[in-house]
Amino acid sequence: MNTVFVSAFIVAALLGIASAAEAILRARGRSSDELYQRIRSWWIMAAIFFALILSGPTGALWLFGILSYLALKEYFTMIPIRQVDRRIIFWSYLSIPFQYWWIADGWYGMVLIWIPVYLFLLLPLRQVLTGETRGFLRSTGTVHWGLMLFVYALSHLALLYTLPDREGIGGPELLIFLVILTELGDIYQYLFGKTFGRRKILPKVSPGKTVEGLLGSLIATALSAWGLSWLTPFDLPTALLAGLLISAAGFVGDVVVSMVKRDVGVKDTGTLIPGHGGIMDRIDSLTYTAPLFFHAVYYLYY
Amino acid sequence: MVLKKLFFLFVIRPLLLIFGGMRVSGSTLPTRGPAIVIANHNSHLDALALLSLFPLETLPRVRPVAARDYFCSTPLRQFISRYLIGILPIDRRPRSHHARPLEPLLNALERGEILIIFPEGSRGDPGELRPFKSGFAHLAKKRPDVPVIPVQLRGTDRALPRNEALWVPFVLEVQIGKPHYFSKTVSEFTQEIEGVYLHQEPLPSKRFPASD
Repeated sequence: MNTVFVSAFIVAALLGIASAAEAILRARGRSSDELYQRIRSWWIMAAIFFALILSGPTGALWLFGILSYLALKEYFTMIPIRQVDRRIIFWSYLSIPFQYWWIADGWYGMVLIWIPVYLFLLLPLRQVLTGETRGFLRSTGTVHWGLMLFVYALSHLALLYTLPDREGIGGPELLIFLVILTELGDIYQYLFGKTFGRRKILPKVSPGKTVEGLLGSLIATALSAWGLSWLTPFDLPTALLAGLLISAAGFVGDVVVSMVKRDVGVKDTGTLIPGHGGIMDRIDSLTYTAPLFFHAVYYLYY
Repeated sequence: MVLKKLFFLFVIRPLLLIFGGMRVSGSTLPTRGPAIVIANHNSHLDALALLSLFPLETLPRVRPVAARDYFCSTPLRQFISRYLIGILPIDRRPRSHHARPLEPLLNALERGEILIIFPEGSRGDPGELRPFKSGFAHLAKKRPDVPVIPVQLRGTDRALPRNEALWVPFVLEVQIGKPHYFSKTVSEFTQEIEGVYLHQEPLPSKRFPASD
């Protein structure tokens, strides 16, 4: 657990540098309210994250359960639904406590199939009971897709947290490694894109993303993974590969959620996090990095 | 009126925080009366969500205008409506031609209260805007000094529509418009306020019908 404290201090130091840089930019009149709010929100998110991680498994599981709920609520508010879909949406919300209960209980098999198998079979059953056939496929698919991304994929963060210790390194350390690198990957993409960005990589989906931003992020995240490898059992090549995986997967998660936003025609998914948008905007990358990183670690070390 | 404050502080606000989440945009709600707040109406949550946005000190003076025949029909309903929500009951069908239905509303404005009026009359189908009744415009005509603030509520029709008892969590959006003051005629003022709602961007569910 000492390593958790150390990583909290490192994050605080990084945010301190960001705040100081913002203050200097502000003094020169080159800052913006959005940047200020963004950094402020980072402080608050980091404080909540580390406080609940340090409080133990109960706090950590509640944190991710609530994140799943808030993201799913934003998603269901955004998407087009029929009036009768209220029922399967209610069932979808009810699946969240079960998913996290299986994780707390250590029932690994059930964690992996609860949403992909059981909810996949249960939601259509509820639709049949309602009996509205028009738009059945579309709305059942849309609702289940949200469950897969914001409950199933995101819950791998909690699953990672519950991994047992191996020589003093366990779930909490791996979780912190993953979350810090995912967020760093996002920030690197933004910074490299802003500084060197020329060629747009996916102009139709996310006009802000550039080839230069992605390449910069891949390299910088890999190097950061090496720098943070004391949080993991990884040797140098594994750490570099983990960094590449997290950066690339985070990019995909980011643009997939952009795709949803383009489809329904909104810019931000919400206003819950000042300077960032909604919860969905902040956890988009994690929906891809969490399951991929978890299964890579589980395969290699457990 | 202490009961109303406690009810909102310990019951309604926490419930709305957990099962709703409010996204407020636009101008600000009035904190001092007299004022008339206009809102679209699709759900029992409409009045509760709107009331929860007022500061606790103002809350006792914010009165949703509601039909006496429905909200005071049983003792329990009457208790909730009168003491916990603080509605201003009005008669939908005055018994005689000499009755003056606007009088209790004018008295309330005289006392400096903030009235919440749903000009659609009753909760319509989810996401549908029913034609506005002109009652609020008649009221505004008598008090052209009182601001009329149009508020657009979204999401309440999904969360708890008419004829449903199950509250399903959705984010509730509240868009507060700029104050309007009565000028010209009653029908023109009704149209002016209704126009604010008609020109709003429709909900995503309306933009992409599920059957297309």
